[in-house]
Amino acid sequence: MLIYTARRLILFLPIAIGIVAVTFAIMQLLPGDPAAVLLGEDASEEGVRDIRQALGLDQPWWIRLGTYYFDLLHGDMGVSYFQNQPVVDAIGQRLVPTLEVAIVALLISIVIGIVFGVVAAVRRGTPIDAFCMLFAQLGVSMPVFWFGILLMYLFAIQLDMLPSIGRGPPLVPALGRALMGNPGDLGLALMHIAMPALTLGLTNAAVISRLVRSSMLETLGQDYIRTARAKGLAPTRIVLVHSLRNAMLTVVSVMGLRFGALLGGAVLTESIFGWPGLGQLAVAAISQRDIPLIQGVVLTFALAFALVNVLVDLLYAVIDPRIRYE
Amino acid sequence: MFSWRGNLSLAAGGTIIATIVLFVLFGPLVSGYEFDQMDMRNRLQLPSAIHWLGTDNFGRDLWTRMAVGARVSMVIAVSSVAIAVVVGVTVGLVSGYFGGWVDLAIMRVVDIFLGIPPIVLALAIVAALGPGVVNLTLSLAAVFWTEYARVVRSVTLSHREADYVAAAVALGASKARILFIEILPNVVGPVIVLATLGIGTAIIAESGLSFLGFGVEPPTPTWGWTLAYGTRYLRAAPWLSTVAGLAIMITVLGFNLFGDGLRDYLDPRGVARRYRRLSST
Repeated sequence: MLIYTARRLILFLPIAIGIVAVTFAIMQLLPGDPAAVLLGEDASEEGVRDIRQALGLDQPWWIRLGTYYFDLLHGDMGVSYFQNQPVVDAIGQRLVPTLEVAIVALLISIVIGIVFGVVAAVRRGTPIDAFCMLFAQLGVSMPVFWFGILLMYLFAIQLDMLPSIGRGPPLVPALGRALMGNPGDLGLALMHIAMPALTLGLTNAAVISRLVRSSMLETLGQDYIRTARAKGLAPTRIVLVHSLRNAMLTVVSVMGLRFGALLGGAVLTESIFGWPGLGQLAVAAISQRDIPLIQGVVLTFALAFALVNVLVDLLYAVIDPRIRYE
Repeated sequence: MFSWRGNLSLAAGGTIIATIVLFVLFGPLVSGYEFDQMDMRNRLQLPSAIHWLGTDNFGRDLWTRMAVGARVSMVIAVSSVAIAVVVGVTVGLVSGYFGGWVDLAIMRVVDIFLGIPPIVLALAIVAALGPGVVNLTLSLAAVFWTEYARVVRSVTLSHREADYVAAAVALGASKARILFIEILPNVVGPVIVLATLGIGTAIIAESGLSFLGFGVEPPTPTWGWTLAYGTRYLRAAPWLSTVAGLAIMITVLGFNLFGDGLRDYLDPRGVARRYRRLSST
């Protein structure tokens, strides 16, 4: 399994090299001189020249790209033009908040998606099935940012129950303290993360519920389910143990892809709720033409996506013991 | 046997799309207002008999602005999907038919594009090219083409060794003829389904970019921009963003239902479903 994981990560290398090249090429098209943008409108010609030299912008593109690859091998993504700190540090500070939201949203979508999907499949053709699938169809069609605004209008403006923007105390340490018997700021952390995570999670749940339903319908028609029924097993056991476990294989593979969508969706959600994560950083970097930061953020998103897909492959073996990675 | 009654999704989706098309064509005519006609005495009016969907912060008629905005959103969505289809289908046919290093190289490029979150890629391209309808269309096409390339490649791979292709080769048909006359008709079904669903995704993506301030610039009204702008008046005039959000959702719902319904007729084996990019915005 370790060899498999290592091989998958090595296979990511050429893709990472390509992603850096594509992002670099797009950045070459950016209008305006970053040095001039950095110094503002009153910049002198000498000042712009000095900054261009300091940032290496006076070098030909192939030298800049080569230097970037070389630095990357040493874990150096350069220095952000506007944040006045190394890109690695800027990303490090924003990565945890984004992962927090993405993971909570994934949990929400898994729970709701499976419940709606299983209920719809078991009650196929009834009004309950129609309701669940209407929920799914609306969820798939609803823009994530509008759903976020609706939640904000309801819970922050009308009911005044939840804070509309910002991040509370970090969730994981708060959870750790709560487990040690000191719930203190866990409530505050949960109140802050509730709306961004629900926004991302519910739209994602719609996709998962459609998939769970179709996978469940497939497995519920199998011979081993008829055998289980003939043996007189409880219907709940048949659905949850015999059918759902087999249906989960398809679902898990999609969840890997959905995690990528969640990371991408974070760009919009974080902008709505002022959540200080990677998505917000990406929008700011692109707005400010902060080239090293844009390259760093894109590469981080891609690496996270690749890692999650390796994890998903490993999860297959846990769910289906017939799968072995040599 | 085709029957509209037998396929509720197709009928419902078709009705929604037809209604939107009528709204786009005749909406501004029936309202009697121009989309940029200001009336500061009637700012932020609730929907009424005079202004059917109310007015915005400058007293402009929201019905008219939504109809004109629909035109912009539709043009961008349909054009970006059309470009993505042409590029993706051509690349997929070449990749699947020639195989070997051509296939390997093309699929690695596809992997690179799939590795970048779609909205981040689109944002970066729009930032590089600048705002505007054409650039927004190109940036979305650059995100979407990979889906079509993957689907068409997989179908081409399964048809490459078929007897009818061997017969065409034996008859001396050119490579272009084999690709575009012999194999292409086999991929049309899944591609049409994918493209119909893709228009819905493109509408959401376009409005998302406009929402972040990277879309078509004012005074051209787009749905995403109206939604974003409406959030500033969430307390005083919540209907501003609600109307824009509902318009986007209903339109996307229409294309999704229509695409789902089409699938039953054009893609019964579910090729498009297996390859639909699930990491959409």
